[in-house]
Amino acid sequence: MSDAGFVVAAYAVIMGGLGLYTVTLWRRLAAARRGLDRDDEAR
Amino acid sequence: MKTRILGFVALAAVAAMTVIALLVVPADLNQGDAQRIMYPHVASAWLGYLSFGVTALAGILWLWKRDLRFDALAVSGAEIGVMFTAFAIWGGMMWGRPIWGVFWQWEDPRLTTTALLLALYVGYLLFRRLTDDPERRATRAAIVGIVAAVDIPIVHFSVEWWRGLHQTATIASPDRVLNPAAPMIFVGTLLGMLGAFTLAWAYLMIRRYQLARADLAREEAVRIGRLEAARHGVLRSEVTR
Repeated sequence: MSDAGFVVAAYAVIMGGLGLYTVTLWRRLAAARRGLDRDDEAR
Repeated sequence: MKTRILGFVALAAVAAMTVIALLVVPADLNQGDAQRIMYPHVASAWLGYLSFGVTALAGILWLWKRDLRFDALAVSGAEIGVMFTAFAIWGGMMWGRPIWGVFWQWEDPRLTTTALLLALYVGYLLFRRLTDDPERRATRAAIVGIVAAVDIPIVHFSVEWWRGLHQTATIASPDRVLNPAAPMIFVGTLLGMLGAFTLAWAYLMIRRYQLARADLAREEAVRIGRLEAARHGVLRSEVTR
């Protein structure tokens, strides 16, 4: 693999991972808030 | 709303610094294009330290103040620190292969202590799952988080204390703060990427902290629900007796 290949691999995983974690975090937070709302309604 | 603005600013900053690092900064005379990997690699490593430092500090504050908000902060730091440390290791491997000729070398103290740091905080996150009691979990996790943080200075100074493949500090060494070993365009880009990643880190820390608080509130609601159900069950058994 050329140097450019290593550069692309590094940036793709780091930036992609950062984006993926952010989206996953939004979904987890939305799910947790929905769960709290359901608990409030149930009480 | 302020957090959302921070998120947009962080996204724009990371995107801008990525373009600069990949397309604007010239290739290094000796390292060629591989030096472009240094920017996210170093930024990720520093944010790993910062995150685990926050976890240790929040652990101390939990043990002192007994406020579960500190535990929420501690788990946020640990999870985000694991992610950034994994990024630092990945970036380092992608840089190491073209420059050192190897992806990894276990004899190198910086590499090995960083792998240990990652393992310690993955262990911290797994350890938290051993109990459902929030206070017991916070106390145990705080102790693990504080003990694990001993590895942070060992990782940082390993390049000064022992000989290995990894080079010594470029900027964060007392005698190099105002006299970095690298050309200023590289140092400026490195600091720019560090700033952009730090904005992203701050945004993620806020969101992860909000999630940890929501999880705590959910656990509390479940606990209250169980108590009410148990009380209701006792009352019913008294009525039927």
